[in-house]
Amino acid sequence: MANANTNHKIASPAVIQVNNLNAHYGKVQILKNINLCLEQGNILVIMGGSGSGKSTLMKHLLALKKPSSGQVLIEGSDINKINAKALAKQRMRMGVAFQGGALLSSLTVGENIKLPLHHHHKLDAKTIDIMTRLKLDLMNLGGAEHLMPSQLSGGMLKRAGLARAVIQDPKLLFFDEPSAGLDPVTSVELDQLILKLRSAMSMSIVVVTHDLDSAFTIADKITILNEGEIIITGTVDEIKQCADERVQNLIHRKARNNQVDGDKFLKHLTTGMQ
Amino acid sequence: MLINSISNLGDSTLKKINGTGRFTLFLSLCFSKLLKWPFPLKDTIKQTLFIGARTLPVILVAGLFTGMVVALQFYDTLIRFGSVDLLGSAVALSLIRELGPVMTGLMVIARVGSATCAEIAIMRNEEQFDALDCMAIDNHHFVMLPRLIAALISVPLLTAIFDVVGISGGYIVGVVIQGVSEAAFQQGMAETIVWNDVLMGFTKSFLFGLVIIWIAMAKGFYLHLDPNAHGAEGVSKVTTEAVVTSAILMLLVDYIISAFLL
Repeated sequence: MANANTNHKIASPAVIQVNNLNAHYGKVQILKNINLCLEQGNILVIMGGSGSGKSTLMKHLLALKKPSSGQVLIEGSDINKINAKALAKQRMRMGVAFQGGALLSSLTVGENIKLPLHHHHKLDAKTIDIMTRLKLDLMNLGGAEHLMPSQLSGGMLKRAGLARAVIQDPKLLFFDEPSAGLDPVTSVELDQLILKLRSAMSMSIVVVTHDLDSAFTIADKITILNEGEIIITGTVDEIKQCADERVQNLIHRKARNNQVDGDKFLKHLTTGMQ
Repeated sequence: MLINSISNLGDSTLKKINGTGRFTLFLSLCFSKLLKWPFPLKDTIKQTLFIGARTLPVILVAGLFTGMVVALQFYDTLIRFGSVDLLGSAVALSLIRELGPVMTGLMVIARVGSATCAEIAIMRNEEQFDALDCMAIDNHHFVMLPRLIAALISVPLLTAIFDVVGISGGYIVGVVIQGVSEAAFQQGMAETIVWNDVLMGFTKSFLFGLVIIWIAMAKGFYLHLDPNAHGAEGVSKVTTEAVVTSAILMLLVDYIISAFLL
């Protein structure tokens, strides 16, 4: 008898394939007919302004939210149709680095990083310690093992979250806003780390960001979202040459075409006051 | 206008039913994890220390003063009828059956219920539950079950300690300060208290522990589903709601148990 996992397995060379994804929050449509594809070993950057739906899209890619319609296929499996056990197995092959690190505040940095190994692998304590130290060194966090998350800076929290995300050597890594709230130097270091992870561990990576420099440095492909819709998906050069005004505004950091005329605005405010 | 009011009433009723169903499902999911291996023993001990051992000083102080006040009040009443010999049994009965479980429950709500709800709501805000989901770690097994078991163990034990300290406070006021006969105080207690009274106190404290931790955990866990709860203000809102809801629910359970066991 075929299990739920095999029932929903579709032959596809892509690591992630999103087909006609729609999502609603109440009556408001957040994602509109999203189609995406991430190939093995590539880095896909999802960009867009605030409220464009990029974080919601990532939550759908992680099966943290159910779509109204459409499919999210990870390694050929529809993650919204497979059973809980199959989804858990799939998630063990994925790593997620959250915006603020999302480390458990009651555990030390080391305990946080060891958490997936303790739960899913029958390894002895010594091996787990060695693996943890390796990942901490990779993230330049040597010596931070015994610190509590509250004792770390923003950049260190992100790197600790990343160390936990890669502790099981996943084949697919998600990274939410790696550069948000970081100084430019730390931001560049994180970009280099993402590229290093791709080359050293041949990971496929999805990065959600609104940082242009970072996106242009690390991306194989960029998807730009606007009001829940994909405007364009393409390589860095394709994005730079795109004629769409919204894309050009985003690339060249131009304000939306709603500049305020001071006199008119004052008149609008004072109308009816006299 | 009328249609709007009816529509709002219907909407709010549906939300309440939905919320009750969600909370019930949450509790049953927590209990279902009892059978899941491995049992989170280390975390359960840690939580038992937090709920039990660290609440002990508050319980000792509250128990002592409650017992002393109860003794003072009963002494003042009983002396009018010339029945001060009944002081021991009156203090012990009221503490074991009613005041012990209720006062302990209120202390646990104030110290543990609020802290647990706020901690879990912050975990929700900081995407820690999403992170656990993404690591394929069961939230209910890893985070909730240790707290549930710890509360079920700790609250009855704290109640027992409250009762003992409260009776001692009553003894100090009655026998040492007011000069009631020590033998009458002890004999009255020994003759009046029956197994059923202890059972009632234990049942209440066990169910109070369940109610307190259930409401605290579920309120914090479902923070994201409350459209009016965001950020720090949201944490404060759900924590206040958890304290008020668990206190009211606890008193309701108190009445039901008393009505059944008296």
